[in-house]
Amino acid sequence: MRRITVSEVSKTFTLHNQGGTVLPVLNRISLHVDAGELVVLSGPSGCGKSTLLKMLFGNYLADQGSILIAGDEEEVDLVSAHPHQVLELRRHTLGFVSQFLRVIPRVSTWDLVAEPLERRQMDREEINERVSRMLRRLNLPERLWTLAPATFSGGEQQRVNIARSMIVHYPILLLDEPTASLDARNRDVVAEMVQEARAQGSALVGIFHDDELRGRLADRLVMLEATQCV
Amino acid sequence: MREPILTARDVTREYAPGQGCLGVSLDVWPGEVLGIVGESGSGKSTLLRLLSGQESPDSGTLQFIDRHQTVWDLCSSSESDLRYLGRTEFGIIHQNPRDGLRLRISAGGNIGERLMGVGERHYGDIRAEAEKWLAEVEIDPSRIDDRPAVFSGGMQQRLQIARNLVTHPKLVFMDEPTGGLDVSVQAKLLDTLKRLVHDLGISVVIVTHDMGVARLLADRLLVMKSGQVIESGLTDQVLDDPHAAYTQQLVASILQVN
Ligand SMILES: Nc1ncnc2c1ncn2[C@@H]1O[C@H](COP(=O)(O)OP(=O)(O)OP(=O)(O)O)[C@@H](O)[C@H]1O
Ligand SMILES: Nc1ncnc2c1ncn2[C@@H]1O[C@H](COP(=O)(O)OP(=O)(O)OP(=O)(O)O)[C@@H](O)[C@H]1O
Ligand SMILES: [Mg+2]
Ligand SMILES: [Mg+2]
Repeated sequence: MRRITVSEVSKTFTLHNQGGTVLPVLNRISLHVDAGELVVLSGPSGCGKSTLLKMLFGNYLADQGSILIAGDEEEVDLVSAHPHQVLELRRHTLGFVSQFLRVIPRVSTWDLVAEPLERRQMDREEINERVSRMLRRLNLPERLWTLAPATFSGGEQQRVNIARSMIVHYPILLLDEPTASLDARNRDVVAEMVQEARAQGSALVGIFHDDELRGRLADRLVMLEATQCV
Repeated sequence: MREPILTARDVTREYAPGQGCLGVSLDVWPGEVLGIVGESGSGKSTLLRLLSGQESPDSGTLQFIDRHQTVWDLCSSSESDLRYLGRTEFGIIHQNPRDGLRLRISAGGNIGERLMGVGERHYGDIRAEAEKWLAEVEIDPSRIDDRPAVFSGGMQQRLQIARNLVTHPKLVFMDEPTGGLDVSVQAKLLDTLKRLVHDLGISVVIVTHDMGVARLLADRLLVMKSGQVIESGLTDQVLDDPHAAYTQQLVASILQVN
């Protein structure tokens, strides 16, 4: 099943407060991703990999083209969607693992990770069981579970981020350098989780700067420098 | 399909040329938090007063659908209809608690008054409900007979929230609810608000100058400048990929502070 269809998408930033500098980043990009497939975006720093991924999540707006996202119920074009349709997609269809945790102040690690399950009205016992299994799997020491991640190390924060984004199954999962601040052991855990998501039928789009990991995970590479002509 | 509970089209209230609220259109959806940001004097408070029926527009239309699916045209509603809606369907949380509380009656009385406004008459029930709501906003229920005049600013703001939410309004308007409070008090208040809004499933229109508050609470954002909405969208989209020059400036100014 085709989950993502990007057609002729372009993105230019206009920096009004820096002399109106116009920064063309993506020019007529097209790509598609099927269920059970992991497509890796590659290309040099600054070529627009994160920009494209953020557009697939509705976080950045595309200037033109279309981004069709097929959920289980309906297909939505992110380029013209109403914000409520985007929120709905994020609830059930689109998961995103960002490079850094955007800390929600004062909320404990446990509650952050449990929240996506609570939104799906799962029963308390199952939530507890799944959250502790996830935190253990990512080697987050139990003494951290009740603390807010604001004071955690970069790698610990990133693992909270991954736990929160991967605890529910999303038909589409977007990964922006999820393993960048992790040690080898945790990187392998995350790689394994990514492979499991794919085996469960998720369509995945990822950015990995680690060549070894990229080789291990990618079904296909999409080179951004080749597609754009800035 | 769900539909908006409040619909504003081309709403205008112009105090002096270019001042006030000029041709604003928006929808408020069930259960959403709509944030309004923008510079001082851009018309945010004016818009909030128009949306909540506290003031009538010079032109434009305002439609509200209540919990019984009755459709109200707020621009042509009578004073008494607007007062009815204010008691039952709307909550209004003012920036200055003094505008939203009755400082000379007890904390319990402030909450009870709203309950009586929707027809509650049993003294014991009202008092029990008031105690429950004091606890809900983390004010010690033993303070029920104290007058809010002796409360701290943060407690007054919490009391205002309890007074407004006790009747389970459908739509709550908030004008800088964390305004004059110090940062740690603000943080606790925001946590309380976030929890209550989520648990009660109410819709909220919140005016704030604080992008952190907007990011934490709002699902969608409207950016106002000179009386007009210049940009709108999902909160994270507007803050991370702002298009208008003014919005870029607003976002850049917070990045520098952090
Ligand atoms: N919100 C934004 N506003 C203005 N410019 C932006 C914004 N986001 C990204 N850019 C610019 O777009 C270009 C592409 O950035 P992007 O983050 O997509 O690169 P990338 O390919 O992910 O690079 P890296 O490998 O270093 O992460 C950069 O020049 C960046 O400065
Ligand atoms: N009752 C009034 N009579 C005359 N002018 C008014 C009145 N209320 C507001 N204005 C003017 O309308 C404009 C918008 O005011 P408003 O209070 O809506 O701004 P605001 O966006 O809420 O600003 P702030 O962030 O400073 O609270 C201002 O120029 C103000 O002076
Ligand atoms: Mg990047
Ligand atoms: Mg104001």
